[in-house]
Amino acid sequence: MKYSKSKTDSTNRRQFIKRSGGIALLIGASGILPQFISCKNPSHVAAQLKKHQITSWIKMSEDGKIVIYNPAAEMGQGSMTSLPAIFAEEMDANWDNVQVEFSPQISNTYGSDGWGSGRKIMLSAGSRVTKGYYSLLRKAGAQARFILMHNAARIWNVPIDGLSTSDGHVLDENSGMKIAYGDLVKDLVVPEEIPDFELHQLKNPKDFKFIGHDLPRTDIPAKTNGSAQFAIDVILPGMLYGVLERGRVHGAKPTLTNSDEIMKLPGILHLVSFDYAIGIIGERIENVLAAKSRLEIEWSDAIASTFNSEEIYDEYKRVADKERDEKVVVEKGNTKKAIRSAARLFSADYKNDYVYHAQMEPLNAVVQIAEDGASATAWVGSQQGFDSKLGIPEVLDMDPEKVHINLQYLGGGFGRRSMTDFVKECTILAKEVPGQPIKLMWTREDDLTYGAFRPMSLQRLQAGIDSNGRITGFSHTVIGDGDNLLASGIRNDHYEIPNQYAALKIIPHGIRLKHWRGVGHGPNKFAIESMIDQIAHSLGKDPIDFRRTLMSESPKALATLNKAAAMSGWNQPNLQGRAKGVAFIERSGTLSTGVCEISLDENTGKIRVHYFWSASDAGVVIQPDNVKAQMEGGIIMGMSSVFKERISIIDGAVQQSNFDDYELLRMADIPERIETAIIKSDGPPQGVGESGTPLVAGAVANAFLALTGKHLRHLPFTPERVLEALNS
Amino acid sequence: MATYQLHINGAKKSIDVAEGTSLLWVLREHLGLTGTKYGCGIAQCGACTIHVNGNPMKACVMPVDGVSSGQKITTIEGLDDLGNHPLQQAWIDVQVPQCGYCQSGQIMQAAALLANNPSPSRDEIVTHMNGNLCRCGTYMRILKAIQKAAGKEVAVNEGD
Ligand code: FES
Ligand code: FES
Repeated sequence: MKYSKSKTDSTNRRQFIKRSGGIALLIGASGILPQFISCKNPSHVAAQLKKHQITSWIKMSEDGKIVIYNPAAEMGQGSMTSLPAIFAEEMDANWDNVQVEFSPQISNTYGSDGWGSGRKIMLSAGSRVTKGYYSLLRKAGAQARFILMHNAARIWNVPIDGLSTSDGHVLDENSGMKIAYGDLVKDLVVPEEIPDFELHQLKNPKDFKFIGHDLPRTDIPAKTNGSAQFAIDVILPGMLYGVLERGRVHGAKPTLTNSDEIMKLPGILHLVSFDYAIGIIGERIENVLAAKSRLEIEWSDAIASTFNSEEIYDEYKRVADKERDEKVVVEKGNTKKAIRSAARLFSADYKNDYVYHAQMEPLNAVVQIAEDGASATAWVGSQQGFDSKLGIPEVLDMDPEKVHINLQYLGGGFGRRSMTDFVKECTILAKEVPGQPIKLMWTREDDLTYGAFRPMSLQRLQAGIDSNGRITGFSHTVIGDGDNLLASGIRNDHYEIPNQYAALKIIPHGIRLKHWRGVGHGPNKFAIESMIDQIAHSLGKDPIDFRRTLMSESPKALATLNKAAAMSGWNQPNLQGRAKGVAFIERSGTLSTGVCEISLDENTGKIRVHYFWSASDAGVVIQPDNVKAQMEGGIIMGMSSVFKERISIIDGAVQQSNFDDYELLRMADIPERIETAIIKSDGPPQGVGESGTPLVAGAVANAFLALTGKHLRHLPFTPERVLEALNS
Repeated sequence: MATYQLHINGAKKSIDVAEGTSLLWVLREHLGLTGTKYGCGIAQCGACTIHVNGNPMKACVMPVDGVSSGQKITTIEGLDDLGNHPLQQAWIDVQVPQCGYCQSGQIMQAAALLANNPSPSRDEIVTHMNGNLCRCGTYMRILKAIQKAAGKEVAVNEGD
């Protein structure tokens, strides 16, 4: 094998310098940062030295145990298993010996350059983790394997070329010698040069043992017995508690009028003013919650104070009608002309209300600033970010290297935990009490009313059809606030439509907005897929056949369509009172088709989804069952948002406050079955975490059209709206 | 402030808190039994489900005063000494949890069902579990895991 080699110079060569009472310096190979271990605690040092850091990605101990670092957040998407599996695959590790830990939060070492920003970033969002780390972790695993082989060759005094590895051992087939990885660790020498493996020098995918083969998820046992630690579970000696009272109107400024009374309440230590909130620090959780309920605050007006979410749709319509500045997202061919000269024109408006993340663990963080103010430590469930120190250095005006982040399991992210507002708040509180750790808790009401929502919008779609029933022009304009949050999913790259135009008309409202699982794909794919069915329906064509023609140039998309059609028995007649609907989406590189079967209670307006089938091409799949779990969960979350979820805002104030008035889908409403298929592919891995959710709206609306001949065009499809559509 | 004697997972605990403090905060923040989760505080999500004398209850709406006269409280940590309750095994076999945050409550709710009804129908399971939310959408697998566990002998550890 020929490798290009990278020299291991003094910064990436592993050496131990042990000094009594001083500092032990461990330098790992292949782009590793030196790790300084304080020698104040000798047993700690001894323990660390027994866990030899082989490269920045892996620690090994002499008993053969291997710790592989996971650089990503674990929020249920399975990164704690799938990323280490990629590494272990190329390393030829014995999976039984593998333990997984979160990596340190140091972007230069553990970041992925898959964000196209020119620098390495640690961020678990946009379903990009597997995609971003796949090649990097394969190469890193191969380098660890190389180091172990190099050492076996050295010990046996044979050329490395004759060696192979299997199941955590190095083998020499000539001599029949075999040594376990663990036995190489003690006197491990890192070679002068370590190859930079090219992709073709890595394992042949047909030899994969872990990639494409289900491993039980490493985080699951702890999630069945209460021992999995989320940030909200962190309890430290002397820990204080903090809460904030934020306004119901985003941007309103508080004036506290009863601070004396609050300070007299049991266990209350400090009040902290924020621009948008009043913070309380106290000894116990029940103290701060009691005080929070007693606060008397006058709130200023804000930009959002005049905003009413129901009324704004009329304004959106007016804006849609008018020629107005718009941000062009897609421009292919001459859509205006195609529409003008079309034999038939289709036009419809679609609406979607705000939705809230509702991750089950309300936001929280624990921060401790050292008594001398020189360093800070935080325990956070975060989707990380462009700044891996989560904004703490800025709040404290501190060198980022002095900020230590202990990433915890996330009780759901869905985009909300890629904001760091809650971490900054906790840091501001912690500044009041140097030396003491403080846990900031958001109540569910805080989490909801001070949410950052998926934007509401109105979508105006127009499509021109020629005399052969071919779509010649497709125009899609989104009106709303949120800029690029509105744009994702607006492209139709897998449909053969010669002229396409898509644009955003932005109207700022001052409401906090954020990526929400699938981002713009939810609303945009709903509108696009509904329009496709509307056209097929009017032309008397079968929705799947109609899409087959549209997908003539996109065989991979077509394969998902055909698979989902076959799974669902599309061509078989439906039971009385039932109908099927289909939708296709692409998200984060994954192509998916979903089909659902519904029935309707015409008296109540309640739609029931009986079955949901999906077929996806996600490239190489690391952990198939986990991909299926993501699709299942995504579809359930999609159903929840499509049937139940809406935030409404009156005079700037969020009208809902908890799960009694912001309902999520419950078990009573799940389908009888969800079947998910993964299409075999050898393309690079793509993101799947957000692929299920945006499939649902279009599939349901299209099934409703098939069942009733009527259109559902306003998300969510509450029973009242369903009845309204039925009677239209 | 008052002192309460609680009977949790087979052990007696004495705790000083303000009257009316919710059992959830007592368990989590004062006793460190953090497997029981806070999700809503108003009995809408089930993340805080525990057993009181074998009955599934929502700890967030139970003042500690109401459970300090000998009631046997069981949390996820005490469901099975080794974490080997048939439901816990089934949860692993079926790979139920995603983020995992709701799952202690789900398992506690399901355990109370199986203790009374060892082979529940699908409808009985759905009705019994309807108060427990899962935002990650693991309901299909929760259902499957309960059905799987129901195929086994179920013994529930109720505190001592
Ligand atoms: S926290 Fe008790 S039911 Fe939600
Ligand atoms: S597993 Fe995440 S909320 Fe249920």
